[in-house]
Amino acid sequence: MTSPTPSLYAPRLPIFPRRVSGFYRRLKWGLLVVTLGIYYVTPWLRWNRGPDMPDQAVLIDLANRRFYFFMIEIWPHEFYFVAGLLVMAGLALFLFTAALGRVWCGYACPQTVWTDLFILVERWIEGDRNARVRLHEAPWNTRKWRLRITKWAVWLIIGLLTGGAWVFYFTDAPTLLVDLVTLSAPPVAWFTIAILTATTFVFGGFMREQVCIYMCPWPRIQAAMMDEETLTVAYRDWRGEPRGKGLRRRAAAEAAEAAEISTRAAGPQTGPRSPLIPMPGLPSGLTVLAAPKPSTQAKGDCIDCNACVNVCPMGIDIRDGQQMACITCALCIDACDEVMEKTGQPRGLIDYIALSDAPREADGNPPQSVWRHVLRARNLIYVGLWSGIGIALIFALFLRPEVEMTVAPIRNPTHVVLADGTIRNAYDVRVRNKLGSEQVFDLSLDRTGLVVTVEGSDSETITVPADSQGQARVYVDAPAGSDMATRDRSDLRLWVTDLDSGERAAVDTNFTGQEDDQ
Amino acid sequence: MTTHKDDKKVGTTGHNWDGIEELNNPLPRWWLWTLYATIAWGVVYVILYPAWPLVNSATGGVLGWSTRSEVAAEIAAVDAAQAGLRSELEATDLAVLAANEPLHRFAVQAGASLFANNCAQCHGAGAAGAPGAKGYPNLLDDDWLWGGQIEEIAVTIRHGIRNEDDPDARYSEMPAFGDILERAEIDTLVTHVQSLSDGADPLAGEGGQLFADNCAACHGEDAKGNTDLGAPNLSDAIWLYGSDTESVTTTIRNARYGVMPAWGLMLDEAEVQALAAYVHQLGGGEPTPVD
Repeated sequence: MTSPTPSLYAPRLPIFPRRVSGFYRRLKWGLLVVTLGIYYVTPWLRWNRGPDMPDQAVLIDLANRRFYFFMIEIWPHEFYFVAGLLVMAGLALFLFTAALGRVWCGYACPQTVWTDLFILVERWIEGDRNARVRLHEAPWNTRKWRLRITKWAVWLIIGLLTGGAWVFYFTDAPTLLVDLVTLSAPPVAWFTIAILTATTFVFGGFMREQVCIYMCPWPRIQAAMMDEETLTVAYRDWRGEPRGKGLRRRAAAEAAEAAEISTRAAGPQTGPRSPLIPMPGLPSGLTVLAAPKPSTQAKGDCIDCNACVNVCPMGIDIRDGQQMACITCALCIDACDEVMEKTGQPRGLIDYIALSDAPREADGNPPQSVWRHVLRARNLIYVGLWSGIGIALIFALFLRPEVEMTVAPIRNPTHVVLADGTIRNAYDVRVRNKLGSEQVFDLSLDRTGLVVTVEGSDSETITVPADSQGQARVYVDAPAGSDMATRDRSDLRLWVTDLDSGERAAVDTNFTGQEDDQ
Repeated sequence: MTTHKDDKKVGTTGHNWDGIEELNNPLPRWWLWTLYATIAWGVVYVILYPAWPLVNSATGGVLGWSTRSEVAAEIAAVDAAQAGLRSELEATDLAVLAANEPLHRFAVQAGASLFANNCAQCHGAGAAGAPGAKGYPNLLDDDWLWGGQIEEIAVTIRHGIRNEDDPDARYSEMPAFGDILERAEIDTLVTHVQSLSDGADPLAGEGGQLFADNCAACHGEDAKGNTDLGAPNLSDAIWLYGSDTESVTTTIRNARYGVMPAWGLMLDEAEVQALAAYVHQLGGGEPTPVD
């Protein structure tokens, strides 16, 4: 063993993200509160639908095959609404990725949000980065055990609440809570809570960036959806390099000054530098153009303080350039801006940048406006498709009929001859009652001379219980020798009328007679 | 994970596509442990469950689990779950079955699958009689040889028709009139019987005289038949063996002798009741008269 061969398997290197403050950190805290708030509160919202119906605003009722969303109720045959929403979600993801890179990963992905929360807990209990590094390296004494167990306990509670909130979406939340407290909940509830508690605990506490890098397919897919116009978190290397600090930095500055003196005759070497992309909605302080720098400083603005690396939850160095592990959480922007302010240099050494602006800015020209990057054909097509599907879904939602019926003619046999020569056709009729109370539906035909009967009753009505589908075999009889009885096939329209509301719907079918009457 | 090419800690794999090189990053160690865990799981699985195929069977596994026994257990569970309904159905008076909505629904569903297994061979999957064959009654219409009330249907199913197995089988025998009447008389009778469907007077004319002498005893003077004797209604539009001259001539000369097995000997009482409920609701079932 003379030359050390690199190991085939690497242990995870622990990451200790430092606390950071700034615009993006505040934005992320806001999103964390909003998204987690929606997740935990939604099952507890109530919505009155009538006495026999669930009063939970958002409910996925798998047992009865219904999905309730406030005033909307989706039946299984209307699953295209869910498909449409999924297509819209996909297109929205395309749009956001093309315009703003991996904003989903950086701001809204549950893995990111819960990891953020877990790191917050970790910092409250074990202290900031340096304290955590020390604790990590410390031997397992009483204090370390105490802190670790406290942290794991809080994580477990968060995981338990996460899994606990999930099951409330599938059944009446207050009832289930009572069942959980009295230990009488169904096994599937316990099982689901256990699995989600475990995944939250492990993914948020221990796997963290490993989930994004090794388990999630999204980083690979998103790389193909971004282009050079996409605004993404990047390091202005033309402004930051060569980086350096302390003595090296001073030496570099002196060398630069000397170089400048020697080339002064050739004109100014440093023009206006690093103008920032004017970002709508950002504080104006961020968009101040860089002041010309005294030439006594180093050429590069980066003082190699590693603030951007220390705050990174993925443990990467953004100065290495675009990389798969970067979830564009923008915390390095906040960290670097803090440092730039302290060193009296313009902010935005690390910033949201479109890569197409890089050569432009490196030449000292201002970047293109953010609208030029966002409002381009590709994104507008995504917006068009997205809103097109959305409008279609809204129309479908309001146009869907109150009364619905399907009619399946029985084809084995196509018709029956009764004793008096009457020709009978039979139909399997299904009527949906979407209301919260029992309804009586009346069946009728678009022509006279025929008789409609419902099997097992003397009337032409079908009674359907609340929020369910009624099924009946319906006979249509044509008298012997009549036009329909002797024609091979006739068109027939079956009407169904809700006797309460008068709402009605029609289904076209046909009637088979006996042409060759012997 | 190393992502930068200039990082000297890892080399490249030597693969190079258009200047893009593949870094030779090590795998995460937890990934390795996951692989070992799946291998361990595989070993445990092979020991516990059926795994290795042999020539005629497979290794059984120490748990003794098999898909066949699982199906048997599921069937037993369903049978156990239905036991209450079955005994209730067996004890129920068919005349009032329809009033008990859940039990009636159970009987009709069970009857449908029993029908497909036992009856569809002759009566057709749609219960309209065997396609392309004569003599298998259509059960969808309102014409019944032995009665269309639910109890009458149950008796027919339970004991069958003209079989040697069950002494209570429905039994009736029409004489072969080829041995009794002259050929010319039969021709006259055929024409007369054919006209009955169109509303002719059964007792009118020469044919009517022959009908009154030979047929009315069973089929009735009004030709409407008699379900107690299994004598068909000759005045309606339904002809079990066909209404053309040749068919009717054959029927009168040779008589017909349709048979049906006694299902009471092969099915249990609840199943017979279920079949009766199913057949009764196919469209022609007659209500039980209230005394």
